[in-house]
Amino acid sequence: MRKGLSWFNTTSIALGFTFLYLPIVLLVIYSFNASRLVTVWAGFSTEWYWKLLQNDQLLEAAWVTLRVAFLSASVATVLGTLAAIALTRYGRFNGRILFSGMVYAPLVMPEVITGLSLLLLFVAVNFDRGFWTITLAHITFTMCFVSVVVQSRLVTFDRSLEEAALDLGCPPLKTFFVVTLPIILPAVVSGWMLAFTLSLDDLVIASFTTGPGATTLPMRIYSQVRLGVTPEINAICTILIAIVTVVVVIASVITKRQEVARERAERLAAAG
Amino acid sequence: MSTGVTEKTQTTIGGIRRKFAPWNDPAAVPLIRYENVSKRFGEFTAVDNLSLDIYEREFFALLGPSGCGKTTLMRMLAGFEDPTEGRITLAGQDLVGMPPYKRQTNMMFQSYALFPHMNVMDNIAFGLKQDGMEKGAIAARVEEMLKLVKLEKFAKRKPHQLSGGQRQRVALARSLAKRPKVLLLDEPLGALDKKLREETQFELMDIQMQLGMTFLIVTHDQEEAMTVADRIAVMDHGKLIQVAPPAVIYEHPNCRYVADFVGDVNILEAKVETVEPGNVALYTGIGGGAKLSIAQNVEAKPGDTAFVAIRPEKVRIDIDPPAWQEANCLRGEVWDIGYLGDLSIYHVELEGGVRIKAAKPNLTRMVERPITWEDKVWVSWTPDAGVVLTR
Repeated sequence: MRKGLSWFNTTSIALGFTFLYLPIVLLVIYSFNASRLVTVWAGFSTEWYWKLLQNDQLLEAAWVTLRVAFLSASVATVLGTLAAIALTRYGRFNGRILFSGMVYAPLVMPEVITGLSLLLLFVAVNFDRGFWTITLAHITFTMCFVSVVVQSRLVTFDRSLEEAALDLGCPPLKTFFVVTLPIILPAVVSGWMLAFTLSLDDLVIASFTTGPGATTLPMRIYSQVRLGVTPEINAICTILIAIVTVVVVIASVITKRQEVARERAERLAAAG
Repeated sequence: MSTGVTEKTQTTIGGIRRKFAPWNDPAAVPLIRYENVSKRFGEFTAVDNLSLDIYEREFFALLGPSGCGKTTLMRMLAGFEDPTEGRITLAGQDLVGMPPYKRQTNMMFQSYALFPHMNVMDNIAFGLKQDGMEKGAIAARVEEMLKLVKLEKFAKRKPHQLSGGQRQRVALARSLAKRPKVLLLDEPLGALDKKLREETQFELMDIQMQLGMTFLIVTHDQEEAMTVADRIAVMDHGKLIQVAPPAVIYEHPNCRYVADFVGDVNILEAKVETVEPGNVALYTGIGGGAKLSIAQNVEAKPGDTAFVAIRPEKVRIDIDPPAWQEANCLRGEVWDIGYLGDLSIYHVELEGGVRIKAAKPNLTRMVERPITWEDKVWVSWTPDAGVVLTR
């Protein structure tokens, strides 16, 4: 009973997508503009991408950003997975509600407040601000996203798989690594990717917790834009968009595949 | 569960079922002992001060409705639950406090719990690898197990590429591979369709005989328990109601609960008139007022209320009054007929409003039955067909 899209649906989809993506498309187009003036089209050129390679400041910022994103995503994945396990497995331990509330608070907390409170903490304990403080801050706010993703997978995890491993003589810790982790791995990987992209494009928290010598790419871009948008900024933004798009697409493909596989297995189980 | 009943059955049924009855041998040492075991989950008592002995090479079934504690009883043996009170021993070794990965029991799970990221071979080899068994020996054992469950061709398949029946076999092979002292089967055939389930029941019995292992099966399907088990324990509310071989459970249930849970049964309330060794005479007001006579030893005195349980296949149904009229003859009217193909079940409403079921095999292909709806009939049975229950 699938009909073609009516004109109304077509228009609303077109308008919606235009609203969402027109600015980005413009940005990408102008990154290939030959003119120095951002709003005047003067033919196709990759000049600004080459210029970018010589812009040490931007490259330095990009390198800092990637290191922060990689490190914080990895630590956040470990911590977020552990939190997810604690929340799904240990039924009703004392303080469970408080713990789950605290894990999820950063999801809804205004970034300004997270950033400010972390800044106050680092100042209070006299921690030199820079690369490490940004990383710590990013771990804090991305961990809850990992936890949500992993937890949704663990809820449907068949506990008897772990019992079967124990029953066959495998101690609990080894069971986690040879049975549980391989099965929930797709969720853990998409959690990592989510954390990575979140860290990559964070401006507010990074600005609060940074110190001399550690400027991330979003911070650098923001400070340059205040002096006027240059085609170089368009170029670096296009690259950023490409990276984020690729990571998000991979993450959603992994999740989708896993779902399809599970549905198929369930269908087969029901049929067999 | 009086001893008189058990001994009698040994002589009458021993020839049909194989002569294996260590539970009657006072010198036999049980393999598994539950001693006054209780398990409570908060307020809920799953297993209530229960003692049970299971012997080596026995195929033992725990039968009961869901929530009766049978699964908890099994999980305590596997080590997934610890008893709140009491002791469980396996071959003389105290199991309480020992984690599941150190116990010499293996379990086949209801959901099969096959590792989805490993193929059939790796699933079966999993337990052997944990024991640090040498590679060649593992391969040989896996080969042997695949042969046992007839899955040689599927060694490289992943679980999701197998049918339900094949997965069930992999689960069985995996749990047998370590040659456990006891194999625990948790509703192992629940997910299979009826035909496959019946086939698999006989295969399970074959495998148990071949390997000479002790099997403990948990099931709510009484036919399954009757088919596979040497002894059945009927459970309710965390307690054992009766522990006996299948034929004893069926023919000599020790209470109304067991009679009703296992198979189809008619239960009539009656008053005890006289008690003699080997015979009880009772009186019931229904069916036009009738004397009942049951050939059985019963601990009761005249005037007590008792229940006569009679299986439908043991009830005769006739238009004319039967030749013996002194006892076990009741008048009634055919109220409904259930045609099952092999059997017809006659629901007869006795005078006094009680309904009784009589099963009659359809021995000819005659469609017109001599007895039909609203016929006045007699139902009757011989003194050794019924059983008197006092609880």
